[in-house]
Amino acid sequence: MTQSRMDTRPDESEVTQPTLGPVGMLRWAWRQLTSMRTALFLLLLLAIGAVPGSIWPQRNIDAGRVADYLVSHPSTGPWLDRLGFFDVYSSAWFAAIYLLLFVSLVGCVVPRSKIHWRAMRAQPPRAPRHLERLPDHGQIEVDGAPEDVLHIARDALLGRSSVGGNPFTRRLTRRRARIRCEGLTLSAESGYLRESGNLVFHTSLIVVIVAVAAGHLFGWRGDRILVTGNSFSNTISDYDTFDPGPWVNTEGLSPFSVAVDKLDVTFEEHSIGAQRGAPRDFTAYTRTRSSPDAPQIHQILKVNGPLTFGTTSVFLLGNGYAPVITVRNAAGQVLMNEATPFLPQDANYKSVGAVKVSAASPKQLGFFGFFLPSEYLDKDAGPSSFFPDLKNPALALGVYEGELYPQGRPQSVYTLSTERMTQLKNARGEPLRLLLKPGQTIQLPGGRGSITFDAVRRWAGLSVRYDPGKLLALIGAIAALGGLIASLMIRRRRVFVRVWPAGQRTVVSIGGLAKGEDPGLAAHIQDLLAVIAQRSATKGSGTRI
Amino acid sequence: MTNQTLAQYANLAVYSAMMVFTMAMIAFAIDLAGAAPKASAATEIRKEPALVGADTSGDPQSYPVADDDRGPARTRKAAGIAMMLTRLGGALLIAAAAMRGLSVHRPPLGNMFEFALVGSMFVVVVFVAISLRRDVRWLGLFVIGPVLLTLGMAITVWYTDASELLPSLKSVWLVIHVTVATFAVALFTIAFSVTILHLIKTWLEAQDPKQMSRIRTIVNTALPPARSLDRTAYGLHAVAFPLWTFTLIAGAIWAEQAWGHYWNWDPKEVWTFVIWVVYAAYLHARATTGWSPRAANYLALAGYGAILVNYMVVNVYFVGQHSYSGM
Repeated sequence: MTQSRMDTRPDESEVTQPTLGPVGMLRWAWRQLTSMRTALFLLLLLAIGAVPGSIWPQRNIDAGRVADYLVSHPSTGPWLDRLGFFDVYSSAWFAAIYLLLFVSLVGCVVPRSKIHWRAMRAQPPRAPRHLERLPDHGQIEVDGAPEDVLHIARDALLGRSSVGGNPFTRRLTRRRARIRCEGLTLSAESGYLRESGNLVFHTSLIVVIVAVAAGHLFGWRGDRILVTGNSFSNTISDYDTFDPGPWVNTEGLSPFSVAVDKLDVTFEEHSIGAQRGAPRDFTAYTRTRSSPDAPQIHQILKVNGPLTFGTTSVFLLGNGYAPVITVRNAAGQVLMNEATPFLPQDANYKSVGAVKVSAASPKQLGFFGFFLPSEYLDKDAGPSSFFPDLKNPALALGVYEGELYPQGRPQSVYTLSTERMTQLKNARGEPLRLLLKPGQTIQLPGGRGSITFDAVRRWAGLSVRYDPGKLLALIGAIAALGGLIASLMIRRRRVFVRVWPAGQRTVVSIGGLAKGEDPGLAAHIQDLLAVIAQRSATKGSGTRI
Repeated sequence: MTNQTLAQYANLAVYSAMMVFTMAMIAFAIDLAGAAPKASAATEIRKEPALVGADTSGDPQSYPVADDDRGPARTRKAAGIAMMLTRLGGALLIAAAAMRGLSVHRPPLGNMFEFALVGSMFVVVVFVAISLRRDVRWLGLFVIGPVLLTLGMAITVWYTDASELLPSLKSVWLVIHVTVATFAVALFTIAFSVTILHLIKTWLEAQDPKQMSRIRTIVNTALPPARSLDRTAYGLHAVAFPLWTFTLIAGAIWAEQAWGHYWNWDPKEVWTFVIWVVYAAYLHARATTGWSPRAANYLALAGYGAILVNYMVVNVYFVGQHSYSGM
């Protein structure tokens, strides 16, 4: 038996394929692909295929951890990389699984929709001759003429109560069923919504997949570390990183701008143990303009409360410290005065960063080291931080001189490229280490000038996202949920009623047939019989035709 | 900010609930042991096929464990006590969750301990709710056992001090997403127990009752027919799966607000998706004529395995945006 997706699909494959020509092969392949067995296999493959992405670090999430993994696993790492284990969700084999599943889904929905369309417009089938042979059956004898009893049965099948009740409750109890009447026999079919729900569910999944693809193709993401007091506008050049989809028009970004005035950060102070120092609240106070000419608006940006400009949203995803540093030359001239963002490395915000003084002469100066919000000296790790908030802020820096940008290559602003630089030494010949507190100035040896740690500011890590597919994905997902509930909760049933006279009385025989398991069908038939018995008794005969 | 005294009372309530559940479990076990005929085992066993055969029409609603031709139904005092204790334990768990929530001024859904507590509470509440409509005393041992195990793990391994939440968790979606997720997991847990019992019962029904050992006879007598067990398991899964779908959607909406994108392939998202796919495969297998219920049920067990991984492995060992285990 071929495992087709629905029992009602006409089994024509044997008839039309005496020999397998090229077309026949294609048809066969199509049948295989769209068969339930293949769909199930692909579903399980999709589940298994998704797992490696949660075990191994992924480039699109944390490229740094991937690099670390490759360094620490020199033998297996490159092989895993070649097989796409660090880019699982954009790998060819993962794409193959979900594309085949997508095709299988389409191949299931289209023919099923056709059949369901026809079934919804077709008459219920004729009643079988022997109702008592159906899985669920019941029979009673009631007063009244067969035609009247049949009419009562019809009303009962449709859930119509002939006795009062307000229109609303009557509507609620009304059942949707298609009824065919032949002589003294009724065939009723109900529960078409089960298949409709099923089709809505599968079609909605296709919509979700299309929406995800649209977001991938037309969406973009920009990240910016913004020191408080600064602003940025929505242009590619203003982002630290910009990651556009293949079909994004980078000229047409909406021209909004965001300034962060203040960033309030709260950490857990009262608890002891693992929860101490855990972040509790981040609030950024911003001024925004939706376009250069628009009025300025004060808005609050929080972790779960993004700013929105049309379909573009600005999220607060990170924070850290930016010490304000002034570097002067021997003559006291300011060479550099800037808030330099440092990147947090641990939960207590021990942060790394680099200060690059390209204006220094004759050799350029570079400072590299740590910012510590709550500084203490650890015996093994050196300068460390014991709390994420500013309890004892300090800068611990090493000093280099030489060429900052060899061959003008692009480099990270948070590290120093020291290949063309030499580290300054102190009088004892050890590497020179500076430890600065806010307000402090240290003279650099050899008349190289001075460095001042003026103040500490915070920075907000802003992520700007544009995804044109997300609303469609949401609508698709909700429709899928609705369809799913309908397809799981509604029962497809056929109920047949036959009446015949027995002297002055009438025999009612009801048989039921369900698609799939339907434990409630027997009770439903008993209910129908009870209603018919009750109504025929109260009505008497001859009231209606 | 946090009221540690109230949190201590919550822990006390959890310990009390565990004691009550231990007694309930013993009572359920005694009840099940009494399912087998006490006096003359040999004569009674012969009647077994009749019992099994008689109930294949299988309405679990009215399935009476001892309602056979043995004469009057055995009085199930132990089961009655067990059900009372289960309700008491459930009330204690509700109190524990409420006090924990009050102590931190938020829904108690912020770390592993609280998930385990609320999840156990839901399992017991659902079980008690089902017991109001049907006779599920045979299931008690297999529901209270896992609950006790979870509570034990929660109070020892997963215990986290009552404290405030990380900023990314402060959202109305915490209540919506995590409550429904926990409720769905509770349903999946009960469904898992019933599925295992179905597999055992299927295995027992294939055996010759005359050759059965005493312990197998007891189990065979105590459990409803396989068909009815299968239908119960399917019904629970059919309710839990849409709830899990909702969890997935609500999580995506929340992720969009908190992290900027509705799907980030975070380990927790991956496993939530894997669970969804495996249970979807289960439902498809049920709807396919070529699959036996037993084969489909293995898929359901795999789905529950994925749930356990999602909770116990992903939360603790995998690095991701859901790293909130608080340990």
